[in-house]
Formats: sequence, structure tokens, C-alpha cells
Amino acid sequence: MIRSVCVAGAGVIGSLLAGHLARVADVSVLARREEHARALNERGLRVSGRSDFTAKITAATDAAALPDPDLVIVACKGTDLEPLAASLEGRFAGATVMTVQNGLGAEEIVGAHGDWPLLSAVTFMSGTRHEDTHVEYILDTATWIGPYRGTTPAQAHEVADLIVSSGLKAEAFDDLRPAQWSKLIFNATVNAVAALTELPHDFHFAETERLGDLGNLVRDLVDEGKAAAAAAGIELWEDPWEMNVLATQRGHRHYPSMLEDIEAHRPTEIETITGSLVREAQRAGVEVPLHTALYRLVKAKEASYS
Amino acid sequence: MRICIVGCGAVGSLFAANLAQLDDVEVWAYDASREHVDAINANGLRLSGAGDVVGRLRATTDPQELPPCDFGIVATKAMHTEAAIGATAHAFADGCVATVQNGIGNEETIAAHAARVIRGTTFPAGKILEPGHVQWDVKGETTLGPFEPQPAPFAEVERLADACTRGGMPTAAVQDARGPQWRKVIFNAATNPVGALTGLAHGRVCERPDLRALVSGLVDEGKAVAAAQGIELDSDPEELIDWSSQPGVAYDHKASMLQDVEAQRTTEIDYLNGGIVRFGREHGVPTPLNEAIWALVKGVEQSWHP
Repeated sequence: MIRSVCVAGAGVIGSLLAGHLARVADVSVLARREEHARALNERGLRVSGRSDFTAKITAATDAAALPDPDLVIVACKGTDLEPLAASLEGRFAGATVMTVQNGLGAEEIVGAHGDWPLLSAVTFMSGTRHEDTHVEYILDTATWIGPYRGTTPAQAHEVADLIVSSGLKAEAFDDLRPAQWSKLIFNATVNAVAALTELPHDFHFAETERLGDLGNLVRDLVDEGKAAAAAAGIELWEDPWEMNVLATQRGHRHYPSMLEDIEAHRPTEIETITGSLVREAQRAGVEVPLHTALYRLVKAKEASYS
Repeated sequence: MRICIVGCGAVGSLFAANLAQLDDVEVWAYDASREHVDAINANGLRLSGAGDVVGRLRATTDPQELPPCDFGIVATKAMHTEAAIGATAHAFADGCVATVQNGIGNEETIAAHAARVIRGTTFPAGKILEPGHVQWDVKGETTLGPFEPQPAPFAEVERLADACTRGGMPTAAVQDARGPQWRKVIFNAATNPVGALTGLAHGRVCERPDLRALVSGLVDEGKAVAAAQGIELDSDPEELIDWSSQPGVAYDHKASMLQDVEAQRTTEIDYLNGGIVRFGREHGVPTPLNEAIWALVKGVEQSWHP
């Protein structure tokens, strides 16, 4: 029975999870900035958009100041994962830890800092942070959860049920890897193309009529990813090309997080998303020259403003 | 001898003002900019920088004013070739038309309107400072040769090259002008868009080993397409890339395509990487990296017009 949850990382995804879960469990938040933790303790966390409530939250910047939870959800960006995981070392014995980062390998990074049972998750929901204590819930797509280390499908189901009871969407899988890889290929493709073109994820990504159309590149990138998945022995859950086409038909122009990072001149998640795809492909003995090219271009674009 | 410069931008102005120094050459210029044309007619066309020259010539925005000419020299941006030669072709009914434009495919476009065509490549560069006044940044060689499917007589190619050389623009007439043209196209296609996509100046592109490897990947595809056509490059584009990336040469130079992207002007990508892809298709040579770069830069252009 999960009675208490600690959400580590209070960006968009962390805030959406913390706010909703606070309606069905005791929720604490591990924040990076002191004033963020203070604001959450004083004012609670407001969720607007598809949900509308204000949740009571206990927050701190030091894990030692928070009560021991049954479940820890590590929800920071991939770029912040290593230091956050290190700060959890020696804490929260007895808790199960779940990662929800983009890309691959978050479980291993966290698992290197403690022997907690681990669940992996990928999330498709999205929102906008208006301020430290206010997040807007925009896309109500699901979070997918599966066992990783020392956990069972039943535990994945328990967490998924808890999240669903809090008002978000979630689904449990016996093996998350097929879904995780589908999302990885989709993310590596859409995020890198958006970061370089500065186009939101819109109809251009599905245009394949003429030579040189952007959709041709998107499809070629997806095909490279599929070949890497096949070589790694993964049977994909969803076809990333169909995910791409479907997303561009939703009618609103979604700004992938990597494009937002580029526009704000922040470090992007290129290393944990495309970087992990390139490394996994190498491990499986498959060439991914287009993903490699985009990886290099995004790294260089980051370097141009850093 | 009567010569009309079609498109009197920076490069066109270098030819126009220098040729106008010759007593035996009557120079005309056709350009779309009313201000530039008026200034040239009022005060002459002035070059400063690498050479200080004032050329007296007749400029017009009205193609119907053009008299019959012995030669046309097309110097528009590549995307304006069709409109420019379409409007002026009548003046070259008995003459020959040369191109000194960037990219590949311009000769083919011109040949649809003119009977005798001269393939050309030029390295001098400059920029328009104000109407009637052009800064001459770089001196360099021009190469002219008959356009194989619809050639100008070689004696005419030599006559034009001789006039350009005497006017101060050193020009060689060669039987096969494809070598220098493809060397320049491969150089431009491998470096300009990488700068444009990353925001990095030429030297910074070249000093990142991973990005330099991507540049070489683009060069190799271009070389393969040239080789499949039986084109012998006059020297290795890699040498030009390394030489120009040195401090003091073009280390800090922002590629013209990066300048275009920063000013949100349509780039010549369709005639650089797009040209390599199209010619590659025709000759059965795969060009996946050039195709990816082409699609990305077109995506950048699309991002300006939501």
C-alpha cells in the first residue's frame, strides 16, 4: 500500500505528479532551489488547465529533511539526474524508486546510488510551469510504468492505479522496454529536428511529398531507430512514425522540450535522448549516421550559446 | 562588345563595374532594385575595399529596355534565376549567357531560355553597402566553360574571359568548367549549412572534431556524385575547408547562409545540398547526409512563416 510519495524534481512533470498525487497520498517534494521549496510549503501547489485545485505539499531541498516515503518518483530533467541521484544516496531505505526521464539509462544512473527496488516509467503528459507554485496541465496523455530492478509487474500496476486514482492517466506494462524504445525513437527524432529547425512539432514533420521535405528526414530517422531497436532485440510497442503523424494531426503546435531549451539557451537533453539512442545502436552493432549527425549538430548549437 | 549583367547584387556589381573600365565593352545591368538602379545611373557603380573602382554603365529595372547583347552574365541568387533569365532572354537571342552563381542547376535553368550557355564559377565576393556602392571583400578567380548540353562556342567563352580579365576580374576559359564548380559547391554545401544550423562561425565548425567529421561526410557524398558524372575536381575541397578555417583567413567568418538565416532570408540550400541530392539521384549515388541537411535548413526557413 503506497501512502506516501516523494517527488524528486519539481519541473513540469514533477509538479503535475506531485500536485495530483497529493489528493490521494502524502506528498513531499525535493526541490533544487530553496525559495522554490519555501514557496511550496507556504502556498501549496496550484494545478490549472485540465485539473483545477491547489494541493498541500511538504517541500525541502535536502532529502534528509523529508519524511521517508513508500515511493520516490525521480522526475528531474535528464541533465540534472546524476547530481540528484547522488543526493539520494543513503536516504529513503525501504522505498521503491521510479524514474520518468526521457531517453534510456536513467534507471542505471539512479540504481548506481542505492539498492532501492526500481520501476521505470515514461510519460507523455505535458504542461507549462507558470511559476514555482503553479503548473498548467495541458496534454492528458498517459504515463507508462514497468518493473526494472527488484520489482514485479504487480508493483507497476499498484503505482499506475495510484496515479490513475489521482486524476492522471497511467498504464502498467510487464516489460516497459518496447514502449520506452518507441518513445525514445519518437523523442530523439522530433526533439532534435525541432531543436535545429526551431519548428514546433507541426505538419511539416509529416510532409513527404517532395524530395527534401522534412517528413522524409523524420521517416529516415525513425527507420534508423527501428533498425537499432530490432538489433537490440526490442519489438516496438507503437510505430514512432505513426506517433509522429498522429501528433501532427492534433491541430495544435506542440513545442518539444528541446526546442524550449534551445530558445531559452539552456542545456538540452540531447545527451540522454539522442545520445542514448546512438550509444545503444553502437552496442547493438548498428550504424545510425543521421541520428549521429543530428546529435553533433545539436551539441554544437548548444556550444554556440554556452 | 555589349555585356549585360543580370542581377546586379554584390557579385554582379563586381563584374559590372570592372567590365565598365574597358573602352571596347558597353555594360548594361538589369536589376530588380529601383534604388540601386537609379543610383548607378546617377553616379556610376562604385566598388571599394579590395579594389576602388567607379564604373559608368546603363542600369535598368525594365527588361524591355535592354538592347541585343553579345553576352549575359547571370549573377542573381540561385532562386531568382528562372524569373531573371525569363525576363531578359530576348536580349541574348544572338548572344551567349554565362552564369557566375552559387550552386548547381543554374545552367539548366538558363538553357531553357537561351541557346548558347556558359558554365561558370566565381570566387570573388562582396556586399552591397548602399544603393550604387558595393564593398569588394575578396578577390579571386573565375572559371568559364561551355555548358555541355547547349554550349557557347569556345571562341566566345574565350572572348568573354578575356574581357573579364582585362577589366580586372581574372578569368580562365576552360573546356570543362565542372571541376571548379563542383569543388566550390561541395565546399559550400559541406560548411555553410552546418554554420547556419549551429550558429557557429566557419573556424569554430572546423575545430570541433565531431562536427568536422560531419563536414567530411558531406564532402564525401558530394565527391561521389561528382565522380559518378565523370567530373574531376580541380583540387580537394577538404584543402579549401582546412585552409579557410585558419585564423586570419575565415575563422571568424559567418557563412553567408548563417547571415541569411539570422536575417530570415531564403537561403540557396536548394541549389547547394539540394542540387547534390538531385544530381545524386540521377546518377544513382545515395546522399543521405546532404538530404538531411537540406531538409533541416528548409525546416528553418519554414519556421519563419508559421
